[in-house]
Amino acid sequence: MNIPSELKYTTTDEWVRVEGNTAIMGVTDYAQSQLSDIVFFEFHVEIGDEVKKGGVIATLESVKAAADVNAPISGKVVARNETLTEKFELINSDPYGEAWMLKIEISNPQELNSLMDAVAYQKYCEEREH
Amino acid sequence: MTEPTLFELSSPGRRGVRFPEPDVPKSALPEGFVRKELPLPELTEVDVVRHFVHLSQKNYAVDYGIYPLGSCTMKYNPKINEDMARLPGFALAHPLQPIDTVQGSLALMYELQELLKEITGMGAVSLQPAAGAHGELTGVLIIRAYHKSRGDTKRTKILIPDSAHGTNPASSAMSGYEVVQLPSDKRGNVDLEALKAACDETVAGLMLTNPNTLGLFEENVLEVTRVVHEAGGLVYGDGANLNALLGIARPGDMGFDILHLNLHKTFSTPHGGGGPGSGPVAVIEPLAEFLPGPIVTILEEGSDEVPPLYGFKMPSRSIGRVKAFHGHFGVMVRAYTYIMMHGAEGLRKVAEHAVLNANYLLARLRHVYKVPYDRICKHEFVTEGIWDDAPEIHALDVAKRLIDYDFHPPTNYFPLIVREALMIEPTETESKQTLDKFADAMIKIAEEAHTQPELLKSAPHNTPVGRLDEVKAAKELVLCCWFPERERQPA
Repeated sequence: MNIPSELKYTTTDEWVRVEGNTAIMGVTDYAQSQLSDIVFFEFHVEIGDEVKKGGVIATLESVKAAADVNAPISGKVVARNETLTEKFELINSDPYGEAWMLKIEISNPQELNSLMDAVAYQKYCEEREH
Repeated sequence: MTEPTLFELSSPGRRGVRFPEPDVPKSALPEGFVRKELPLPELTEVDVVRHFVHLSQKNYAVDYGIYPLGSCTMKYNPKINEDMARLPGFALAHPLQPIDTVQGSLALMYELQELLKEITGMGAVSLQPAAGAHGELTGVLIIRAYHKSRGDTKRTKILIPDSAHGTNPASSAMSGYEVVQLPSDKRGNVDLEALKAACDETVAGLMLTNPNTLGLFEENVLEVTRVVHEAGGLVYGDGANLNALLGIARPGDMGFDILHLNLHKTFSTPHGGGGPGSGPVAVIEPLAEFLPGPIVTILEEGSDEVPPLYGFKMPSRSIGRVKAFHGHFGVMVRAYTYIMMHGAEGLRKVAEHAVLNANYLLARLRHVYKVPYDRICKHEFVTEGIWDDAPEIHALDVAKRLIDYDFHPPTNYFPLIVREALMIEPTETESKQTLDKFADAMIKIAEEAHTQPELLKSAPHNTPVGRLDEVKAAKELVLCCWFPERERQPA
């Protein structure tokens, strides 16, 4: 399982890359492997929307199940990866790279402290395996 | 071998029916409505009959073998149900006939309502909803109507355990409510502390399935319903799993306020491609005025000499009609027949044997398949379809391999709280011999998963087509092979 050390993670399996005041986010390798092949992806927010940490920003569907994607952090949506609505297989093949979902302008940097680092997330995933 | 489509079987000039010369004057269709091309298949009657017989021989049905699809209660459907539904008085009745010409049909609906009230311990029943999820939507709309009638408009949330059927949150969201998910505790019950924390004056209700989708009886059900009631909410019961309780326990006594029943599951009518569903909604007496209608009632009491006059009545504060006419009447006839054939004691035996069969299978399988919530189950149980020492194998591979052993696979990947779930519901209508054959196959497959995993990965092998590409099917949806070229009408 791929868990890049420089990212932060949520309990609902989203990752966050912080660049200055911007958070880039997507879903983790663990999430995509649990869901298996993604067959549908839909955004629930648009550029300019204010999102709240934990709020639903997108829906994923695989051959096994449907799942919500949650905002890992509060702020304003400044970019959306439009490629994903057509090429959602990227979520399976490159979850941390080409399958980024949103760029969010961080409104409350304090919230970053509530996210897990890679070591904690690895442990969290392993616990759920047993 | 695959069966060609009717279009592939078509041969120009073949026909099954010859129309007589019309005995009324011919009239030409308006020019714009006549299609130049209408490529329907051309076949004889015997071509068509053989085609559909071939297809039926490839089908897996409950008349063919055990169908252990968890949460679906695929029990055998007694053929007497079909005989009764085909009685001309029922089969030929029209929903718009004057009520004095369909008193038998109305009497059956009335008596079915009364029977369902007795079975569930509820106060009133509407037979309108077309199936389970439709019953849920109806029930949540009743919750909304109830709060609104009291001027209580601050309730915006419905609580739903994480083991619930996916239709529960869908029904709540469709009714305009916000869904709040409740975790399960280690024994598979609703986490009481989480429930208490979530219950406040914004909670409209809780949707609860008992037994839940793990096949486990909600051990704290009285406490759960009490907590919700104290917060001013209503408790909705998803009756999908009623088969486990028939004649033994009544949802009305557990504190449920609204409940839907799946006549097509619990009361043995064909479903899953075999026929429509029927999802009557039962409520406690104080909610009767909100039920969808019209509902069959006695308009004039009878006497020793004269039968009562049955007719329709709209409840005073009804949420309105939820179905054209009166619901799926043919399903009601079958369910009524099933109940009357069993009687009270027979229904109790149904539940006892459904529970016994599930526990027997669980006892045979728990040593080879991991059961995360392992206690005495009710009508079904959930195992994992995954092993740490067989990393390539997933629940889907187990399910597909079962087809090679001539069994219908169990429900897989649900409930979501069990990873790689296999949800097994044998129902009461399977014999010990059948259960043993199924268990033997499951045990053999678990062994193959460790010794010959490729056998599972490439299954099924004994079917006309092998493993279907589900991703391609989901992504490249082709709903129609031919689009008629309609000529546009001038505006």
